[in-house]
Amino acid sequence: MNVLVFLIPVALFLGGAGLVLFFWAMRDGQFEDLDGAANRILIDDEDDGRNSTNEDEEGCR
Amino acid sequence: MVDRRAVAVNAPTAIETLERPGLVDSRFTVPGMRCAGCIAKIERGLQEIDGIEAARVNFSAKRVAVRHDRKFDAEELVAAIGRIGFEAQVADANPLGQDDAEARMLLRSLAVAGFGMMNIMLLSVSVWSGAGGVTRELFHWLSALIALPVVAYAGRPFFSSAAMALRHRRTNMDVPISIGVLLATGLSVYETIIGGGHAYFDSAVMLLFFLLAGRALDATMRNKTRAGIGALLSRMGKSARVLAENGSSRTVEADHLEPGMLMLVAAGEALAADGLVEDGQSSIDNAMLTGESTPQPAGVGDTVHAGAINLGDPIRVRVTAASSDTAIAEIARLMDEAGQSRSHYVRIADRASRLYAPAVHTLALLAFVGWMIAGAGWHQSLVIAIAVLIITCPCAMGLAVPAAQVVASGALARRGLLVKDGSALERLAEVDTALFDKTGTLTLGEPVPSLDHLTNDQKTVALALAQSSRHPLSKGIVSALGAEGVSPASLTAITETGGQGISGMHGEIPVSLARGALDQTGMASTLRIGEEKIAIVYADPVRADAAQTLAALDASGLDSRIVSGDRHSPVRALAGELGIEGEGEMRPDTKLALLDTLKADGRRPLMVGDGINDGPALAAAHASIAPGTASDVSQQAADAVFLGKGLMPVALAVTIARRTMRIVRQNFGFAIGYNVVAVPLALAGLVTPLIAAIAMSLSSLVVVGNSLRLARMRNAP
Repeated sequence: MNVLVFLIPVALFLGGAGLVLFFWAMRDGQFEDLDGAANRILIDDEDDGRNSTNEDEEGCR
Repeated sequence: MVDRRAVAVNAPTAIETLERPGLVDSRFTVPGMRCAGCIAKIERGLQEIDGIEAARVNFSAKRVAVRHDRKFDAEELVAAIGRIGFEAQVADANPLGQDDAEARMLLRSLAVAGFGMMNIMLLSVSVWSGAGGVTRELFHWLSALIALPVVAYAGRPFFSSAAMALRHRRTNMDVPISIGVLLATGLSVYETIIGGGHAYFDSAVMLLFFLLAGRALDATMRNKTRAGIGALLSRMGKSARVLAENGSSRTVEADHLEPGMLMLVAAGEALAADGLVEDGQSSIDNAMLTGESTPQPAGVGDTVHAGAINLGDPIRVRVTAASSDTAIAEIARLMDEAGQSRSHYVRIADRASRLYAPAVHTLALLAFVGWMIAGAGWHQSLVIAIAVLIITCPCAMGLAVPAAQVVASGALARRGLLVKDGSALERLAEVDTALFDKTGTLTLGEPVPSLDHLTNDQKTVALALAQSSRHPLSKGIVSALGAEGVSPASLTAITETGGQGISGMHGEIPVSLARGALDQTGMASTLRIGEEKIAIVYADPVRADAAQTLAALDASGLDSRIVSGDRHSPVRALAGELGIEGEGEMRPDTKLALLDTLKADGRRPLMVGDGINDGPALAAAHASIAPGTASDVSQQAADAVFLGKGLMPVALAVTIARRTMRIVRQNFGFAIGYNVVAVPLALAGLVTPLIAAIAMSLSSLVVVGNSLRLARMRNAP
């Protein structure tokens, strides 16, 4: 039964860490723009000035 | 050379972290962004402008936050976004702040309750599997240590709402919930202290978790649709360009306009105050204000009202009445009064709890008295009475309504109807009469040109000219030709003369799109190509599926009729065409009077309208729907807003709302059925914490599962 001395604090700590992380994520605005993140992955990073996002833009308007 | 910073759009540009003096934040709504390309275009386009430090798009809210130099004012930035190719409006500083805070509070409570539930369940499972003696006592103490702060934190939404209801000598669903949770926790603490066998901490926290899940879903849905509606609200007519004596002009908010000021109203702009035309000749679209679709000429000395849109030349208007004295403000007062009746509406969950709470509390009391008489001793009697309360605690009931409504409003949103809250869905399900405004509701409310007599070449020229203007008639041409797939001709030297028209050169031939010479009202224009003149006339067509929608409403048992501010003859013509009753020349107060008569007859009217003049009727009707093109006041007064060119979402709203209420009633049926089975067990003293936990989660799952059936609806009503 001595193992409980470790197990219960570990369980509580893990749960608490999850809770703290969730609070942080909310305060940090991680849930502000849920659809935007899904779309941003399609944007090419701008590199040497060549505009490679033409296709996206045409599909859009 | 443009300042080309290496901007990685995928990396979160932390607008908040850049604190530099001289920089300010502005927020704009950009309803037109639809895909990744738009995000990239807006963010990169803005960041290439000197003096703009950062731009960050929030795609869900259709907003862009811009951190920029003080030298820009909002209108320049709107113009800058316009050059990138998107229509933008200045967003209110924090329009949804309060709702947002409530949703966040519920989410935090839900997270805390979830944390507590998982850890207590961990301990409870070992107690249920037979842990005894010291281990059980230790586990009970640990559970208590976790549960007490969790209940105190996560229970606040329920406790405060219940306290509020009791203070007003009313009862709502939160009263039995709070009593159940508090008693379960109290009993468990007592059991823990005396080293008893049964602690109900898991039940109490699980109950909170399930109920909070329902509330959080409800709040998220409300915020989402409100953000959707917020993005539609325009800033039209909320500010005006005011001319000073020395000829300079500045923008003044509508609230700060004063009689005597001279406003400059450009073509396509809405008036922000009542006034007299001092200079210029134009035509005025009063549709939002009166429902009349034909524009009216306005010349020097004519009175024009706030909310009307200037279709023709720029005019100068001397303000005679501003802010709270305008004709609109009078309508706003009518709306305030009309909205009172709706605030007395009692949600179905609260109606249910009026019967439910006294019943279960009496039952628990009877159980206590009964076992005392049977000689069980006060401790055992109390335990049984509280077990009755825990088992009847309306867990499934608390989920029965929000689960169904959240699923239904999600399904409706996918079909182009944004419902503001659950109460709106409940009232939509009860309507039995539908009143339609004409202009902008049954009709599209925007000029649609007839272009069949144009050749393809003429169409390409017309499109090229029209797309460089923001005049409503030009926009009509652009959307009509755009839908046909016409691509614009390449023109040079395009110039727009305010109110006169647009001209340019097509190769060597001068071309122009100008105001129609013959029609005073401005519902016609002339396309000139060289020497050739082609007249284009515009009409405000009936929505394509209006007849179908009315048939669908009829099939659902709703009588439809038209109530319009427009003149009798066009209203009767349209009513005859659609085969329903119609009345014209209705003023805001006569519409209200009609609604009152209907209500006095025991009817529950649904009002569908878009104009400012419909505002009071929208607020007074049992339920109301406005199109996405409606005036701001109407969208705010309405329970739901439908998007797009179809009218069908109105009929769908009624059908789906009714189906939702059927599911809600089934859910209540499940919840009551479960009580019928479980309460005798509780009364017999057989309910252990294990049975309570299983019964509670099972009934919640059944209710949620039943509600999810709403998501699988087909399009047909």
